[in-house]
Amino acid sequence: MTRKQKRLAILGGFGLVLVSALALILTGLRDQIVFFRAPSEVVAGKVKPGEAFRLGGLVEQGSVQREPNQMVRFRVTDGPNTIAVTYQGLLPDLFREGQGVVAEGKLDASGAFTASTVLARHDENYMPREVADALKKQGHWQPGKAEGAPKP
Amino acid sequence: MIVEIGHYALVLALALTLFQATVPLWGAIKRDSALVALGPYAAIAQLLLIGISFAALTHAYLGSDFSVANVYQNSHTLKPLIYKWSGVWGNHEGSMLLWVLILALFGAGVAIFSRNLPDDILGATLAVQAMIAAAFLAFLLFASNPFLRLAPAPFEGRDLNPILQDPGLAIHPPLLYLGYVGYSIVFSFAAGALIVGRIDAAFARMLRPWNLVAWITLTLGIAMGSYWAYYELGWGGYWFWDPVENASLMPWLTGTALLHSAIVMEKREALKIWTILLAIITFSLSLLGTFLVRSGVLTSVHAFAVDPERGLFILIILIAFIGGSFTLFALRARAMESGGLFAPVSREGALVLNNLFLAVASLAVLVGTLYPLALEGVTGQKISVGPPFFNLTVVPLMLPLFVAIPFGQRLAWKRGDLLGVTQRMGLAIGLSFIATLIAAYYIGRGPALAIVAIGLGIFILLASLDEIRERAMRGGTSGALRRLIGLPRTFVATALAHAGVGIMVIGIAFTAFEKEAILSMKPGESVKLGEYTLTLRGIAPYTGPNYTSTVARFSVHDGTREVAELRPAKRVYIGRQMPTSEVGRHRVGFSEVYVAIGETSDGAHVDLRAYWKPFVTLIWLGPALMALAGLLSLTDRRLRVGAPRVAARRPERLEPAE
Repeated sequence: MTRKQKRLAILGGFGLVLVSALALILTGLRDQIVFFRAPSEVVAGKVKPGEAFRLGGLVEQGSVQREPNQMVRFRVTDGPNTIAVTYQGLLPDLFREGQGVVAEGKLDASGAFTASTVLARHDENYMPREVADALKKQGHWQPGKAEGAPKP
Repeated sequence: MIVEIGHYALVLALALTLFQATVPLWGAIKRDSALVALGPYAAIAQLLLIGISFAALTHAYLGSDFSVANVYQNSHTLKPLIYKWSGVWGNHEGSMLLWVLILALFGAGVAIFSRNLPDDILGATLAVQAMIAAAFLAFLLFASNPFLRLAPAPFEGRDLNPILQDPGLAIHPPLLYLGYVGYSIVFSFAAGALIVGRIDAAFARMLRPWNLVAWITLTLGIAMGSYWAYYELGWGGYWFWDPVENASLMPWLTGTALLHSAIVMEKREALKIWTILLAIITFSLSLLGTFLVRSGVLTSVHAFAVDPERGLFILIILIAFIGGSFTLFALRARAMESGGLFAPVSREGALVLNNLFLAVASLAVLVGTLYPLALEGVTGQKISVGPPFFNLTVVPLMLPLFVAIPFGQRLAWKRGDLLGVTQRMGLAIGLSFIATLIAAYYIGRGPALAIVAIGLGIFILLASLDEIRERAMRGGTSGALRRLIGLPRTFVATALAHAGVGIMVIGIAFTAFEKEAILSMKPGESVKLGEYTLTLRGIAPYTGPNYTSTVARFSVHDGTREVAELRPAKRVYIGRQMPTSEVGRHRVGFSEVYVAIGETSDGAHVDLRAYWKPFVTLIWLGPALMALAGLLSLTDRRLRVGAPRVAARRPERLEPAE
């Protein structure tokens, strides 16, 4: 191989790796992302049954029912609208009524939401930003409510 | 009083950094060694001042001085001593103070080991380091002051987030920060060399120890964080592709690339532009990571005490440093002519390949991490990019790199012989084939791809170790031991670090064969996990120093023999009324039985999540070996900090482009 051919081969190899990496990234961004929806958006029909998405809002007061086999039913609300959720498995430590929650799963044909995961946070004062935004949109956001601490 | 001294020391440190950011730089440009000589003193004084400040805050924590707002918000008199201590950096302000302390530590480190550095590079490097310190000290004092007082002082503090009340907090953040911030000095060296306009093999040599220290600590920090999440969160996972994790992985990927490209620059004077660029990119990614973690713009499960307004401040710092360094880079890029031609199949070629894959993988992580932000900014749609995306992009990019490792480290410089290298690996290839077959036989049925991955891990491990054997045996068995001891430490370190990669790959591949059981149990009931049987013996309350808990007692049976008793618990911390899980684990060799319990609502049942995790500890032992290898490489006599003054012997080949 001449030097020029060699250089072309190297550049070609580089190009191949880069192009395939970009193809992977773009496919991933098309197929592997999950949208975040508030209950109002779900009620408005923005989500098709069977499509995976993240549902975020507050766990409605008094809505949590624990059943045998670790089945849990609860409702997620953003004020005007609520969505019923079923989940089988261990709930995260910070799952509580009246607190923010993000659940990933799908709607079935009847409009009920089955969660595959319920996400936890490590900090009890921390509200997932998407949930905070969704609540703000509905006028239910009271910043600093959970704080109750003197500020310097 | 002591708190005020700490506050004042911080103000003095800021003033001092402004001095250090200008005077030595002026000295470097004007070639005035008297001015440059002031730099090291300033750097050491800066470390002392920030150290005093840090000690003052620590004192306030140990004495539970709740008149300090920061202590009030994050401490409690009942908290065990070690967590009062580590609680200093378990919050935003304290962690930023630790950030600048480490920044000053690295600056002072360069100052102390500066004897063999050329004056101009020393001056410029210390000045750039001081600019970074000045920006972050200003951030501390104006936007996140840990020394603000409360009047009247509350009687009791609000306690530290219980998840952080773990020995992990004492080790993980300092290690991670040492790595993150360690790349600041790599950046400063690169910027300093660009300012001075002398970028050669000697520069790569100066960079080497600092680059290694940052890489070692970042490797340990990430591995430690992964291990901590594994046993503290009770989910059984070790990596979640969470934005905060990605933030630490990106600089690690480019930092690892830098470690490899700097070798080419040092040995062959090639890849100069790329090496400098990597040094800049790596620290930029560290800054980006700090921004992402501290601002909370991305939703993360690991987010603690975030504040968006402070995020803006860090964003400005980020833009200033990235913008400034890239401008400098663009101005000097033409002055860096590359030397050393090489064939595609050669050591250099292999290292370029390594760089290509690491950099592209880092790009994939970056895109996946920032895409939700960009999409929300443009369309207002909220999305999350989760593990499926990263598994689809990063894993295919890492696999060819892993395959190339054993070949790359055997190729000769300039022109390598791929066929010969493969022949020399005959023994390793054969042995790993047999080992994989044996492993597949014991595992039985399972995903074929995971078995292939286990085989790949074994191959990397054996081929790396075999190279040490081969070098020691070269020239016969007599004197092999003497030759083994006499092998260059950098050579042994390379082989060991790559063996660590193999060990980690084996551990990750084995997660495909773990057994999981999620169920509800009454005392007396049992569940089978692989070869082990887990039996619930009873549930009992327990009261700790600052928490109450429900403890479940399990026995683990191997056949009919009881091998262990596990006591996973659910704790509720008194200060914040916040529940956390304590995991019960039983280790068998490199494998583990893992149990986490959930709510015990009716007092008779307990919900639990139990796992059999084969070879899970290899996931962290691999990186630990990599870090150990890095440490070994650091002790190589020829390349110690402040090693021979190559710069003085070599004529300056590049004139500053002025």
